[in-house]
Amino acid sequence: MAINWFKYSAPSTFYALAGKLIPWFAVSAAMLFAVGLYIGFFVAPVDYQQGEFYRIIFIHVPASILSMFLYLVMAAYAALGLIFNTRLSAMMATAIAPTGALFAFISLWTGALWGKPMWGAWWVWDARLTSELILLFLYLGYMALHSSIDDPRRADRASALLAIVGSVNVPIIYFSVKWWNTLHQGSTIKFSGTSMHVAMQQAMFITLAACWLYAIAVVLARVRSIILEREHQTKWVAELSEVRT
Amino acid sequence: MKELTLFSMLKLVIRRDMILAMRRRADVLTTLIFFVMVVSLFPLGVGPEMEMLRKIAPGVLWVAALLASMLSLGRLFSADHQDGTLEQMMLTPQPLAVIVLGKIVAHWMVSGLPLVLIAPVLGIQFDMQAETLGILILGLLLGTPVLSMIGGIGAALTLGLRGGGVLLSLLVLPLCIPILIFGTAAVDAVATGLSPVSHLSLLGALLVLALTFAPWVAAQALRISME
Repeated sequence: MAINWFKYSAPSTFYALAGKLIPWFAVSAAMLFAVGLYIGFFVAPVDYQQGEFYRIIFIHVPASILSMFLYLVMAAYAALGLIFNTRLSAMMATAIAPTGALFAFISLWTGALWGKPMWGAWWVWDARLTSELILLFLYLGYMALHSSIDDPRRADRASALLAIVGSVNVPIIYFSVKWWNTLHQGSTIKFSGTSMHVAMQQAMFITLAACWLYAIAVVLARVRSIILEREHQTKWVAELSEVRT
Repeated sequence: MKELTLFSMLKLVIRRDMILAMRRRADVLTTLIFFVMVVSLFPLGVGPEMEMLRKIAPGVLWVAALLASMLSLGRLFSADHQDGTLEQMMLTPQPLAVIVLGKIVAHWMVSGLPLVLIAPVLGIQFDMQAETLGILILGLLLGTPVLSMIGGIGAALTLGLRGGGVLLSLLVLPLCIPILIFGTAAVDAVATGLSPVSHLSLLGALLVLALTFAPWVAAQALRISME
């Protein structure tokens, strides 16, 4: 049996698929958040150096990872939309941007909350903080460009180009800022083993998975709204039960 | 008609844009005056201690150059867009990227180069030493063309949009951060007795990278904006 891989690249079929998938992702995200935060707050031991303050990493680290990862996913969808001229890819890229920006903001905010007791300052001009801030600017620029172009097709293509230029620039920005200054503690999780307690690791990976599922659920919900908005004049939208009532 | 080679096309576009810019000298001068004014405002803001001014001088000059280059970017394609020349340019048999490169080079010569030339005077106001001043100028000479190149992409993307100027800065400024960092780091390296070669090499590398890709990307962006 040949599988038609392109079946769900049409907005009309994807709309229905996304509608079915959202509850699964949302519920599993909520459950994993509950488990991860429980382990993080009640099972994981107190850190011998940072005391209770370290527990913010259960939000901070997943948010930072996802903010960077989502930018790449967004740029990849944007590139797909630009190259193959598919409508759905461009809509996905547009739907990802606000979630990515949200995670970048959460990462900066929780970083500031952690920095005050640890470094004695809300903000330090350290390499990772600065590049995270620049990442937030890149997201904001992408959204600003998209929303200031009225024609959706032109908006998609112009902001796709910006996302691709941005993703080429991200490593350059990252290394330039890194050489500029570094104070942030190095990665604790390395491929050659880690210095973290097992319960801390578990909690972090579970909250990471929860954030991931949350991001998927929210992006799918947003892309459904975008599909409805863009395709509102088509017949299949008019025949949807939720539109008719 | 004689067939135009790429290089003669490039020269033609640069010459045309230079002549147009010289007919409207006020535009060129405004950017320059803006640069001088922003730099002169800093001592008024942070106080006249020479020790501190010498320290912040490279950063101030670089940030002011960055802002001044944003200011003039809006004009890069807008005049040609309004009178329809840009559409004619897109119909020429020569690649659009060459024309875009010519326009960007011309734009740099009227808005970036004057900043580089006036920077020594402003550096002396900030009591910079000859050695650090030389590196600052060299850095600006390598870095301001990159600002024009990256800015060209932004200008092409925001062509004909409402609120284009502010939007342009929002898009382009984050992408220009590496230039700012390497430019000021080169001066800091000299001031602390280290070699600035690595920073200047990186600036040169970014220039080559931008020279290779930016005109092509900007041409693609123009096609998106014009369709």
